[in-house]
Amino acid sequence: MSVTTYRENPVEQFLRTDRMPHIWCPGCGIGTSVNCFARAVLECGIPLDKLAIVSGIGCTGRVAGYLRLDSFHTTHGRAIPFATGLKLANPELSVVVYSGDGDLAAIGGNHLIHAARRNMDIKVICVNNFNYGMTGGQVAPTTHFGRLATTTPYGSPEIPFNLPHLVASCGAVFVARWTTYHVVQLQRSMVKALKKKGFAFIEVLAPCPTLYMRRNRLGSSVDMMKLFKEKSVVKHGIDTKEVAITNYEDPIIVGEFVDTERPTWLDNYNEIMKKRLGDKYVPWGVNNG
Amino acid sequence: MSTSTGRKFIGLVVINSERCKGCEICVSFCPTGAIVMSRDFNSKGYHYPEFKHPEKCTGCGLCGLYCPDFAIYGYREKVE
Repeated sequence: MSVTTYRENPVEQFLRTDRMPHIWCPGCGIGTSVNCFARAVLECGIPLDKLAIVSGIGCTGRVAGYLRLDSFHTTHGRAIPFATGLKLANPELSVVVYSGDGDLAAIGGNHLIHAARRNMDIKVICVNNFNYGMTGGQVAPTTHFGRLATTTPYGSPEIPFNLPHLVASCGAVFVARWTTYHVVQLQRSMVKALKKKGFAFIEVLAPCPTLYMRRNRLGSSVDMMKLFKEKSVVKHGIDTKEVAITNYEDPIIVGEFVDTERPTWLDNYNEIMKKRLGDKYVPWGVNNG
Repeated sequence: MSTSTGRKFIGLVVINSERCKGCEICVSFCPTGAIVMSRDFNSKGYHYPEFKHPEKCTGCGLCGLYCPDFAIYGYREKVE
């Protein structure tokens, strides 16, 4: 059967194709998550001039440079402060922070918890690859207990962060965790997060085949994807205390853990100012904030 | 008209071999085994996938969803 027309990949329109192939290693999970994100943007039909991507430093920080959207590549760990400013200066924008675990949880940890506490209307996608990939595989706050990294040659003595529990206890209104194996579910959660008002957090577990897996002799990225398939358990709405991943062999609990409603920082600010100034105060960004 | 398997559509896969880095995720997770790794290399020296068994393809598009390098895309085309 002969076919004359070949369709183009729908993701292609969101990519800066002149920069392809990208710098990510063969089998890296960041590309898969970007793929899901582009399809989520396509599915929720958000106007592209109302969408901004902010990235920090690291392998995942490169996402801002590869997407053909309004994007900004900030300094290390400061993606959330920049996104907060962007959102408050122009409340019409839908601001997405796309960064890695080293950027968001380690150096930017303080910003992460405070943005969640304020319920700032930004969406955070955290690609967790269990180490600092770009700088050579140093230990991160998410590295499994006892695993090797450049800075822990005898095994990491630290207990890793439980990121969904951290942001949920700080007050995030949408918290989900998926792996790069769960592409369809991840895409669906990203659509939900883009439509949600308030601080939405999605943790994406991704393989780091070159640094983390090779150093720990865990095989290739296909092996990790198979491990995600075998070990992951979907539990929607479970208490986030129980979703910690301390060891590599632990079951990986995935799903949408938190989905609530709470007034955002801008709503509260407008209310306070209205109470104090009365009719003199013109509310900021009420139509779409 | 329909194909030999009785389907009203065919599955198609478009491969951009120059972007591929040979991670083999598409080949490992293809539900029907329609794509296999080629013996050839691209200009960077990676093996890339090949659409070897078009009759097996259901056009689920999972290869395109998994690909980290945006190098492969699967879709369905109606049979005229």
